[in-house]
Amino acid sequence: MEWINLAYLVASILFIYGLKGLGSPKTAVRGNRLGAVGMLVAVVATLVNKDVLSFGWIIAGMVVGGAIGAYIARTIKMTAMPEMVALLNGFGGAASMLVALSQFIITPAVFRNPTWLAALMLSALIGAVTLTGSLVAWAKLQGFAEKALKIPHQNLLRVVLSFVTVALAGLFIWQGHGFMLLLLTVSALALGVLLVIAIGGADMPVVIALLNSYSGIAAAATGFVLMNNGLIISGSLVGASGIILSKIMCKAMNRSLRSVLFGGAMVSDEQMASIPGKEFYEGKVKSCGAEEVAMLLEDARKVVIAPGYGLAVAQAQHVTQELARTLEARGAEVKFAIHPVAGRMPGHMNVLLAEAEVPYDKLIEMDAINPEFSQTDVTLVLGANDVTNPAARDDPSSPIFGMPILEVDKSKTVIVIKRSLSPGFAGIPNQLFINDNSLMLYGDAKAVLQDLIRALQEL
Amino acid sequence: MEALIGALTIFVLAVFVGYEIITKVPPTLHTPLMSGSNAISGITIIGAILCAGAGGEGNFFSALLGFLALVMAMVNIVGGFLVTDRMLHMFKKKKD
Repeated sequence: MEWINLAYLVASILFIYGLKGLGSPKTAVRGNRLGAVGMLVAVVATLVNKDVLSFGWIIAGMVVGGAIGAYIARTIKMTAMPEMVALLNGFGGAASMLVALSQFIITPAVFRNPTWLAALMLSALIGAVTLTGSLVAWAKLQGFAEKALKIPHQNLLRVVLSFVTVALAGLFIWQGHGFMLLLLTVSALALGVLLVIAIGGADMPVVIALLNSYSGIAAAATGFVLMNNGLIISGSLVGASGIILSKIMCKAMNRSLRSVLFGGAMVSDEQMASIPGKEFYEGKVKSCGAEEVAMLLEDARKVVIAPGYGLAVAQAQHVTQELARTLEARGAEVKFAIHPVAGRMPGHMNVLLAEAEVPYDKLIEMDAINPEFSQTDVTLVLGANDVTNPAARDDPSSPIFGMPILEVDKSKTVIVIKRSLSPGFAGIPNQLFINDNSLMLYGDAKAVLQDLIRALQEL
Repeated sequence: MEALIGALTIFVLAVFVGYEIITKVPPTLHTPLMSGSNAISGITIIGAILCAGAGGEGNFFSALLGFLALVMAMVNIVGGFLVTDRMLHMFKKKKD
């Protein structure tokens, strides 16, 4: 029995080195592979363990799951990474929940002491919330329910269901009935749906990071059920990772975790009523064509591109890089300004631009790029909206006041490439669009950029 | 009780280790970090193997639940590591 714990220790060390490798693009590929080797060590050690008596189900499960996983990983588009990660979070939670239920059946009643029951309860509860929460997040990312959905009395419902779940959890630990475990699981599944359904699409980076953390914590709880250090260590590593990422995302939106989870939409209904509609823009917006922008770009020495979710929607990452190369060939310096919450998950823009072969040292973080805007000739805003709104910096009455932004308005000229003047996720008009140094270039990002490249070549 | 405190100690220390390592990951790599750590959370597969392979100790239902858990965890592991690998190759500097 001792050697198997030694194998889990080796696996844990490999996981830690693997995550450490993810700290730099140079070592990341190796780091990820170290993690995979760690997983192999843990799985093989468990398989040759004397506790495993039959292999039929195991082989079948590995073949089916492995094939599905490999298929998704190879075919998924980079623009759909948030969906994939959401789905994987859910599967991780589901696995922990199912293991908890199965362990309850397998373990003889004499071994079911209160601590064991408590760990089992947590594993089922967190696993279930992660499963349905992730499925709802996935559906939202697929576009089935972009906006924060309002169920009547949803906050009351959530409070009631939370109490019911806690009560069932207490009863289960006290009496240890399997029926209670079943009820608890069902109520936790419902709770997962209720917790995420009211959260808007823009808060998805926080939600996905948080669910990532839950899937780790559920695995750690399963570790307490099995008293298995391998599970406890790996689970808590992932748990910590998710928590850190959600904190970073919250900070980048100037929101507390509490307000993301329980606040519903970013802007309250009362605030919404006082926000001007279309009249905000009337007569103040200047629009232009691709040729005009091409002429501006021709003279530009320094160009910054600020991408947002719209870039992912339009699948415009490759044509963006083509434009950047065209400009560089003409002697301009091109950089990319990345806001931490641009896109639908942490690091979303970086992955898309990496796919288009933009060197990672050209992707500049918000705090590093902001001082550079005043020396920038042209900034192209590509499908980003609220993260560029100067009102967040200047207007204390704005609902998003205090949110850190990309200060694109400080550059000489700002070109905003956008389909229309429709508001971003916060639902408020953008001060940037009516600034004197801003020009709107309407259209689908991909088509507009193609026109722009053509116009540049014709000059 | 002693075993529980031992396990809790390991849990808390591992959270600290995780916190220290992950704060050092740059924002550029946050998406691969999520998919990679996601694959690691597939470690539940250990539990799933024990459930699905319990033989005579369990019954049909426990084995079936274990099998389903195995499928889920396996998707998580294989999908997570492979997609992370695919993504990270894009981050490698291309030679012009």
